[in-house]
Amino acid sequence: MTTAHTLHAQNLTVGYGTRTVVQDLDLRVPMGGISVIVGANACGKSTLLRAMSRLLAPRGGQVILDGRAVHQTPAKELARTLGLLPQSPTAPEGITVADLVGRGRHPHQGLFSRWTPADDQAVADALTATETAALADRPVDELSGGQRQRVWIAMALAQQTDILLLDEPTTFLDVSHQLEVLDLLTDLNRSRGTTIVIVLHDLNLAARYADHLIALTDGQVHALGTPAEVLTEETIRAVFGLDSRVVVDPTSNKPLMLPLGRHHTTVER
Amino acid sequence: MTALQALPRTGISAAEIAGGRRRRTARRRLVVGILAALIVVAFVVSLCVGQTTYTPGDVLGVILGRDIDGASFTVGRLRLPRATLAVIAGLCFGIGGVTFQTMLRNPLASPDIIGISAGASAAAAFAIITLGLGATQVSIFAIVAGLGIALLVYGLSFKDGVVGTRLILIGIGIAAMLDSLTAYVLSKAAQWDLQEASRWLTGSLNGTRWSEVVPVVIALAVLAPVLLTQSRNLSASQLGDDAASALGVRVEHTRIIVIIAAVGLIAFATAAAGPIAFVAFLSGPIAARIVGPGASLLIPSALVGSLLVVTADFLGQYAFGVRYPVGVITGVLGAPYLVYLIVRTNRSGGSL
Repeated sequence: MTTAHTLHAQNLTVGYGTRTVVQDLDLRVPMGGISVIVGANACGKSTLLRAMSRLLAPRGGQVILDGRAVHQTPAKELARTLGLLPQSPTAPEGITVADLVGRGRHPHQGLFSRWTPADDQAVADALTATETAALADRPVDELSGGQRQRVWIAMALAQQTDILLLDEPTTFLDVSHQLEVLDLLTDLNRSRGTTIVIVLHDLNLAARYADHLIALTDGQVHALGTPAEVLTEETIRAVFGLDSRVVVDPTSNKPLMLPLGRHHTTVER
Repeated sequence: MTALQALPRTGISAAEIAGGRRRRTARRRLVVGILAALIVVAFVVSLCVGQTTYTPGDVLGVILGRDIDGASFTVGRLRLPRATLAVIAGLCFGIGGVTFQTMLRNPLASPDIIGISAGASAAAAFAIITLGLGATQVSIFAIVAGLGIALLVYGLSFKDGVVGTRLILIGIGIAAMLDSLTAYVLSKAAQWDLQEASRWLTGSLNGTRWSEVVPVVIALAVLAPVLLTQSRNLSASQLGDDAASALGVRVEHTRIIVIIAAVGLIAFATAAAGPIAFVAFLSGPIAARIVGPGASLLIPSALVGSLLVVTADFLGQYAFGVRYPVGVITGVLGAPYLVYLIVRTNRSGGSL
């Protein structure tokens, strides 16, 4: 089960070129639930995900999965435990949904080993879980944005990892499709126990769907806890430099953030 | 969409997935089989038919080493090495080209557009004409130059990762420079004849000798299997570097192996036959259209390349009053296709 894993960033420092994005970050990712990472633009959210999934080599410190540094773990072995759906993957032209989802089986297949019934079953399960079964033979390029995002999630599911990281899976989707994706991820977490870590921009959706909310600022973990603990007016000011009111969302009993801009504000900032 | 809403379904069985996959595999196998059969036919025809026509029986006799009057020289010494090199070089160009196109996710990123063939060609022309080296040294010269140009183009276009368009534009510029270098080498040659010139500018199989064929056969036997082991990794890397890494592909590692193997194939073939115009560029997209999406294109594309070269060489020799080098024929086919592809890519932003 997924709670048997541990994923831990220790003194992690990562960057691109001369720029350091994440600095001495310590994070023990809570297992078994949905963790949502929030933070201002360029605070290191995506960088953190990429470092945790071995895409970026750390400059300092390490990421440890089940007691072993991910950068010392063979790539395929890691990809059987830890999956990542990056921000903008590209679908090869004309590829069908079933084919694309089948690519998720890559870490389970050897150099020349044949396609097994287990592979077919994993693809079928992934399509069923994401309600994309009816699209199986359709080219991915013909799908709507919401459908396409579900197909990418299906590919990540076919990988059958106990931990799944998703980098802004709701970008470019309208509000109903955003909810659809987050509902789907919640289903997966509740039914399969998959540990899910999502980077999200929308704080209110983050607060609604997160079991654990992680706020990053300047490449450091500023706060980690339940949405009620983390989504406070002080944290929002510290992380986003934004004045706000936080109320209780009557539809979910989760915190709801109301930003205060310079205009159209009737309360004192 | 309406059909889907009328027929709501939520699940799919593993058997259905397997069925769809088998259908696609069957189609791919059929295409590969047909292409291979066509190559055999074209190969046999180009051995039998010519100024003098021999029966397949005679040709087989020559291949088996029997001494047949006339045929032993014409088929054994002239046609056989030439047709063999056509098949082998075509395979090299086809598989090398589609490897680059797949890896860089752009059909324009083929080695004959981005300067790798031009580099190998310029080096080979220099090695033969200016330095007077033999076949093996020429091959080494060509492969080193091909790799050097590949690294140069890659290095020059590297800025926070490699963007396809930048790499292609830089490659085109370098290719133009190298082509003029080839022309310069040719113009300085003591006794440069039209045949030599056409070989290094557009590719030609005229006067092929076994000593030129052997290195290419060895290169294909060694390097093609290396590429085939990377086939799955290449397919996964089409999803983008991040997605591929997340699937357990060592992207940089794959890229290095694949570049060396593909450049090697292109360079060996170029050292023997010159940069046969557009074959590397055409084979992948043609194969993609025949095989359909989702399948690995390495083998189909190699076969398409081979069929193109064998057929074009045969047409070039006998279909017109004048004998044209093979590259002229493939060039005539390739240039309009290039235009078509650019127009189409602009519209759809397609990958291959």
